[in-house]
Amino acid sequence: MMGKFWYKIGPIIVVVIAIFVLWYAAAVGLNTAWAKDKAKRAGVELTTSEIIKDTMSQKKPKLPAPHQVGAEIWKTTVEKKVTSKRSLIYHSSVTLSSTLLGFVMGTSLGIALAVGIVYNRTMDMSVMPWVIASQTIPILAIAPMIIVVLNAVGISGLLPKAVISMYLSFFPVVVGMVKGLRSPDHMQLDQMKTWSASGSQQFWKLRLPSSMPYLFTSLKIAMAAALVGAIIGELPTGAVAGLGARLLAGSYYGQTIQIWSALIMAAALAASLVGIIGMIQAVVLKRMGMVQ
Amino acid sequence: MAQCQSGPSQPHSASGANILTTDPVISAKNLSLTFQTNDGPVHALKDVNLDINKGDFVSFIGPSGCGKTTFLRVMADLEKPTEGEITVNGVSAEEARKARAYGYVFQHAGLYPWRTIGGNIRLPLEIMGTSKSEQDAAVKEVLELVHLDGFEKKFPWQLSGGMQQRASIARALAFHADILLMDEPFGALDEIVRDHLNEQLLELWARTNKTIGFVTHSIPEAVYLSTKIVVMSPRPGRITDVIESTLPKERPLDIRDSPEFIEIAHRVRDGLRAGHEDDV
Ligand SMILES: Nc1ncnc2c1ncn2[C@@H]1O[C@H](COP(=O)(O)OP(=O)(O)OP(=O)(O)O)[C@@H](O)[C@H]1O
Ligand SMILES: [Mg+2]
Repeated sequence: MMGKFWYKIGPIIVVVIAIFVLWYAAAVGLNTAWAKDKAKRAGVELTTSEIIKDTMSQKKPKLPAPHQVGAEIWKTTVEKKVTSKRSLIYHSSVTLSSTLLGFVMGTSLGIALAVGIVYNRTMDMSVMPWVIASQTIPILAIAPMIIVVLNAVGISGLLPKAVISMYLSFFPVVVGMVKGLRSPDHMQLDQMKTWSASGSQQFWKLRLPSSMPYLFTSLKIAMAAALVGAIIGELPTGAVAGLGARLLAGSYYGQTIQIWSALIMAAALAASLVGIIGMIQAVVLKRMGMVQ
Repeated sequence: MAQCQSGPSQPHSASGANILTTDPVISAKNLSLTFQTNDGPVHALKDVNLDINKGDFVSFIGPSGCGKTTFLRVMADLEKPTEGEITVNGVSAEEARKARAYGYVFQHAGLYPWRTIGGNIRLPLEIMGTSKSEQDAAVKEVLELVHLDGFEKKFPWQLSGGMQQRASIARALAFHADILLMDEPFGALDEIVRDHLNEQLLELWARTNKTIGFVTHSIPEAVYLSTKIVVMSPRPGRITDVIESTLPKERPLDIRDSPEFIEIAHRVRDGLRAGHEDDV
């Protein structure tokens, strides 16, 4: 039992330790110049250990050390009221809500398009090139336009950001679901025909269940994409709230610690969202008898 | 080419339960099917004539590519003939399919991995709108027929290949169609399992009095099971011989050592060889 636990957890711990070691080393390397600079202007000579100590406690380091980011995250989550403008929980929840809304919209759009493509010849021929073209346009270029255009028609707040999330997240769902809905082979479709099944029976009883493994894989990618979309959507809004706003404000004022703590929060958010989908996937596929 | 009109056949010895039905259940007249491929036309079936009567157990045997699967698929309306006519239960193959006149067993079991054995058998019944209680009864009944009682709640991957194949036969039986079409259902199984399933199939056929079309590559299997053996040959796919079996309906496994059995097997082998010769 213990052995199995370590077998699973061991490699993860090794990787995490390696990341921390590298991170500290990089922090020392990148921040040394500034530490020496400061010392020179103050006219003091620093020993190596003093320099290393200084690189880990600067106010605006090039690369903050892990414990500095940790402390900042602690300060802005546990020690701040959730309603406070400086609480990372507050900002995360703002980003989370547009991520989730965009994810739901993107997934619905993606599934709808996939069903259309699979069942309608005209859509099969015409839609896919546009879907692919939509993803070749850099999102950073059109995100401000989407915000401005939607603002002009009186839509502001959550929805414009969610639209950008949707724009990024529908793509993996379309691609995955077209493949999934087409995954039944000739024999399975012929079988349906021998029972004289209707089109909708074929969809609900064969195509949709067959597509489940593909759907969940797509959903994980879509969720990560939706989060990126939400953060990008927060950048042009004047950086009022959300993790994107923290990133932007941080870079205005050179608050690297703030930037990094927002980044870590975003990564943690993405990891937990994808993890939740993974858990649902495990339960659903297990109940469907599709994992052994 | 041998003429293969089997005519209104004499229902042989013991299978005379439906002696009054004279119309064939399946009737093919001058049936041809040509596939247009990139390498030119492929004559999968050419001028095929065959009548199958109620209660017949008809085997189709012949070398690979001689059109056995294609013929069965035409009967099932999964393929449209390019020429000629096919009727099933007196109507067109399409009407018969829509009336769910037959159960079809594919070469691979093709069970849905996300459904239990019971769920798989239930599937055609759900599609046909059968009531829940009738579904339950049918599942129980056909699982007993194929000797899989107790496996209703298992998933396909928990069963052996032979058991999966039996489950897929059970599924084809579940909606009580009078015709059962089977395309090399036991092709992938070992000899012992195959013998066992052959016995069970005969027992099932005797109990249900279904009309069965059965594709196989094995001469002993064809002779052991059939009341009528259709020998086919390729390029173009056609029928070269139709052999009426003289074996009794009651067939223990050791009937395969009887002189009668061996003689029929010889005729089948000769038929296969003849088809091969005029091909060269
Ligand atoms: N969909 C198709 N398109 C083109 N050619 C086909 C198609 N289906 C079958 N054929 C061709 O028709 C011929 C008969 O095929 P069929 O599958 O009926 O043979 P078979 O007797 O069942 O062979 P086997 O014993 O190998 O299963 C073959 O030459 C095959 O290549
Ligand atoms: Mg075949």
